[in-house]
Amino acid sequence: MDKQEDRVQLSQDFSERRKHLENLNDQELYDYFWELAGKVVEPMLEAGKVYTTPSVERSVLLRMGFDSIEAGAIVDGVISHNLLGKGAGHVVWRLSQKLDKSVLETGEALARGEFWDEVPGLFGEVAS
Amino acid sequence: MTLKPLEAEKRMDVRDILEGLENYKSPVRPWHWREERDVEHKHGEFSFYEASKPLKQSVPLPGSRGFGYIDPQPDCVITTEIASGRFEDDVRRMRMAAWNGADHIMVIRTAGQSHIDSLLEGTTQGIGGIPVTRKQCRATRRALDLIEEEVGRPINFHSYVSGVAGPDIAVMFHEEGVSGVHQDPQYNVLYRNINMLRSFIDACESKAIIADGGMLQIDGAHNANATAMEAWKVMPELIVQHAINTAFSLGCGIKAENIALSTVPPTAPPAPCMRLDLPYAVALRDFFKDFKMRAQQNTKFMESETREATVTHTLNMVISRLTSVDVQSTITPDEGRNVPWHYFNINATNTARQALNGMDGMRQMVKIDREGPLGDRVRELKERAVLFLEEILHVGGYFEAVEQGFFVDNAEYPERKGDGIAREVEGGIGANALYLRDDDYFAPVSVHYGNNTLPEGVSHATDIIGGDTFEDPSKVKFIDELDETDNVNVRLEEKKLYYDNTDIVRPEVEFMADGFIVVTLQLPCEKRYAEVAALEIGNKLNLSECEVIHSQVMHPSEGTYIEMKGKIDFDINLNELEMPEVQENLSEKEIRDAIHAEPMTIVAGTVGEDEHSVGLKETLDIKHGGIEGFGIKYHYLGTSVPVEKLVDAAIETNADAILASTIISHNNIHYDNMRKLADVCVEKGVRDKLILVAGGTQVNCELAVEAGMDVGFGRGSKGIDVASFLVERRREMQEEGILD
Repeated sequence: MDKQEDRVQLSQDFSERRKHLENLNDQELYDYFWELAGKVVEPMLEAGKVYTTPSVERSVLLRMGFDSIEAGAIVDGVISHNLLGKGAGHVVWRLSQKLDKSVLETGEALARGEFWDEVPGLFGEVAS
Repeated sequence: MTLKPLEAEKRMDVRDILEGLENYKSPVRPWHWREERDVEHKHGEFSFYEASKPLKQSVPLPGSRGFGYIDPQPDCVITTEIASGRFEDDVRRMRMAAWNGADHIMVIRTAGQSHIDSLLEGTTQGIGGIPVTRKQCRATRRALDLIEEEVGRPINFHSYVSGVAGPDIAVMFHEEGVSGVHQDPQYNVLYRNINMLRSFIDACESKAIIADGGMLQIDGAHNANATAMEAWKVMPELIVQHAINTAFSLGCGIKAENIALSTVPPTAPPAPCMRLDLPYAVALRDFFKDFKMRAQQNTKFMESETREATVTHTLNMVISRLTSVDVQSTITPDEGRNVPWHYFNINATNTARQALNGMDGMRQMVKIDREGPLGDRVRELKERAVLFLEEILHVGGYFEAVEQGFFVDNAEYPERKGDGIAREVEGGIGANALYLRDDDYFAPVSVHYGNNTLPEGVSHATDIIGGDTFEDPSKVKFIDELDETDNVNVRLEEKKLYYDNTDIVRPEVEFMADGFIVVTLQLPCEKRYAEVAALEIGNKLNLSECEVIHSQVMHPSEGTYIEMKGKIDFDINLNELEMPEVQENLSEKEIRDAIHAEPMTIVAGTVGEDEHSVGLKETLDIKHGGIEGFGIKYHYLGTSVPVEKLVDAAIETNADAILASTIISHNNIHYDNMRKLADVCVEKGVRDKLILVAGGTQVNCELAVEAGMDVGFGRGSKGIDVASFLVERRREMQEEGILD
């Protein structure tokens, strides 16, 4: 589990560490550099695909036409209902369908604290 | 509502900008590069090979006087960072900066904004920067629209997408016409202690939005340089930080041409910085040849002396010109002492314009020599960076590397000192705020990074809302103010006197009529006493809030140089000033006709023990627009001419006038010489018949007249000024009956 202890500490001596690079020409070194950089960022690019955050969701709500105060209030409510994994905009849209109101009206109402009791069950989950 | 274009003679009134602001909408503003870059530009007698399309209106460099006021614009974008804390004052500074050649205006955010988990709204006053809000952005962009129209070149408006509200800010920037951003998740991690995973996940969304807006993205690697104690050792790490943000940004969809590295020459004099920094600059350009270079000035070793900062900046630009630069940054030379002031932004911008103009085309003659020490060092730096990346992967990836304090370590990798900044994967601000997207996760937006499952029957994500704000900008909601007491309207009301009456002025360095002035002085004593003595002098001058902003030892006991700021509390009414009359010249034709009808001869020379000749020759010579061009004949007697000789020559040639040049002015010797000239003319009985003209850089007309001259011409005078005076004075003398 502890990766640090499993791995051999690499030498801090440049002349020793560089031996395998010595015979690379400049183009090969360049290609190797970008290959390594690509590997380093791969997990972060993957994480970005499968996770969301309050700020990502607020940015979605802003683009749906809500202001920053409304977006913050809606995201807080969605988090407290354990539904951020559905997407905050998704929640507003589903609720608007259920209430037969516009998306904007629905979100503004949520931001004022209204209709939250209608939220559980929107996705067929069992209310706890 | 469209605003009236700005007029050069009128100050911009920010109240016009705020009027109807809620209805102003900037289009999306992708980054703008200067135009006509790869062609030869002619300015005066010279060709420029690293220049761009000239400005419609500008303030040329002071030295341009000798070259017919040419103002070549370098090929790279020039940045200035403006953020006094009050955007209403900043927009005026932006206008001044644009007239001096800046086309990239960066707005620094107020302290602490990166930890606010939301957009800020309104126009509260900032500390060390501006609260970057929708209203501030919109007002600034609207002002820049007018300014760019005035100078004839688009201006890139820029700020920061960092902190825990990155995606929120990226959206707002996209909607408000921001063209450039700093975005680098490593900055959040290392310097803002924001949770690592949160930083990178937020950055994915931010970067997707940045990509869509066509904005130029600048990374944050330069901060490692500014933070490390031994900055000259962090070069391999800087290359790695650039690589991480670059590879990550490409993965998020930003085009290579919109990814810029924030590069800083890591050292500064008295270190042999060119020898240390040049190989680093070359190594970077080798590895990052597909990307843009934003050359930042070294600030790590900046103290309070503005001269020293300017020299470092200039040396940095030698590297910019020897290698390549797409965006040349400027740091105000007063950053080492205070939040930048108006004129230091202009100074920094001009340092860039001046240095880049001066080195135009240098690369046609000077080349980087890769044979020898530079090539070896370039290769070494690149290998060290590669080894650094290898070890990141070896320990299990970036997050583990940060946990182990790989970054901002003061040894040159692969050596380590063990003093790097370490952060925990589970720690930091915004940790525990990560949510796995469910299989049916859905975001109804037109631009989005990562998994997005469209609900059944939906073919385009934003169909369900009839388009998002990127597709239908009219949907953007505008919040005006949230704080009733801390906002621009209150501040404008406090300064109403000056907004309503542009004739009432008080000195300013950052805010309208802030009253600050700087006194420079030297005291013949040691530094500690000099600083306290200076404050006492400030008190006696009735200055308030005095503060020594720079002091420098000239010698441990002989002298200390001091710059001290202090505040005055009175206004000046321009209408109540006694203004010296503006001398209106005759037209060139009138002068020529008058000389043609009645020829004129003059004698000229530099008087006293004075070997200066350039100014006088320019006044005389036909080639420089001198009086000869109007048909006036002259006898030039040379330099260090005794006044008697001038007068004798005037009598001998039956001259109409004597032109005496006096450059040396120690102990007012120039006025003594004028007096002597007048006296000799009186002695020889020719004073009435001769027109006596004195000229020189330190000559004041009134004092010259007091010293017995008919007129005095100071710095900036031209041949036509002298010729016009001579013709008019002769006419007067004829009317008075002195002359026939």
